[in-house]
Amino acid sequence: MNAQTYNSTAAASSERSQVIIAATIALVFGLGLVFTTGFAHSSSIHNAAHDTRHALSFPCH
Amino acid sequence: MLMRILAVGLLAGLVSGVLVALLQTVTTTPIIIEAEVYENGGGHETHDHGGEAALQSGLLHYAVASAEKAELIFVHAGEDHGAGDVWAPEDGLPRTLYTSIATVGTAIGFAMILLAGMLFAGDTITESRAMAWAAAGFVATGLAPAVGLSPEVPGMAAAELSSRQAWWFATATCTAAALWLILRGSNNWYRLLGVAILVAPHVWGAPHLTEHPASSVPAHLAAQFASTSLAVHAVLWLLTGFFVGFWWKRIGQS
Repeated sequence: MNAQTYNSTAAASSERSQVIIAATIALVFGLGLVFTTGFAHSSSIHNAAHDTRHALSFPCH
Repeated sequence: MLMRILAVGLLAGLVSGVLVALLQTVTTTPIIIEAEVYENGGGHETHDHGGEAALQSGLLHYAVASAEKAELIFVHAGEDHGAGDVWAPEDGLPRTLYTSIATVGTAIGFAMILLAGMLFAGDTITESRAMAWAAAGFVATGLAPAVGLSPEVPGMAAAELSSRQAWWFATATCTAAALWLILRGSNNWYRLLGVAILVAPHVWGAPHLTEHPASSVPAHLAAQFASTSLAVHAVLWLLTGFFVGFWWKRIGQS
């Protein structure tokens, strides 16, 4: 393995780890949003999102 | 990379959410509003009109409730689910608006989860691939949980909320993992394991009431709602998948 391939492999793996980090942030953000609109027990959030929860068959009431 | 993911997720969710919100106003929401007439078993204690006693039973209930629908909805508006002093959007435009916001929020959430899944898997993000993932998403969050917990229209009797939510979440997670093993597993042992994980939540069983009180919602309305809401759920996923692929190709290619 010469220096050049070593560098490009390192760059690829660092890019891959950046993708994983970014995807994890997106996953947490996405789950948080779905939890808020679909599951949060707060009465105000429930009432605001009520018809959507039923329409998308999230457990409601 | 993160900015690209967030931008694509937000845009895809926004567009598909708005489209599905429009779809909801002509499909599920009218059924919900019709069903709310029967909510709380028709035995409202907070309003009194002559038909109250008659509302308690059978056909008469249905006839009276239909006749008084307009009034009942009005009475119901301010005190959703019997919590009189808790804020709820007014019927009409405000309610439609909040429903739309919630749908857009859910769509953005689905878009982010979809993007995360495809990126973890190292898949190329195109419209067709993203829609295939979206179909799997529908099976995980729509179809599989609906096998145990039928989509509920307001007024149906159901078990305690937290236990149903926990079962729903566990089922969606198991189904997603199972689909991965079945569709992407490198050999049939993985697929077999996937099938086991797929059926596990259903063998465990969804939380149901031990004794089922008669639901006050007419069966035809509940059945129509169950199928309609699953279709809406599928449309939301597929549109979200399409727009994830659509925007991914057009935004911030680095």
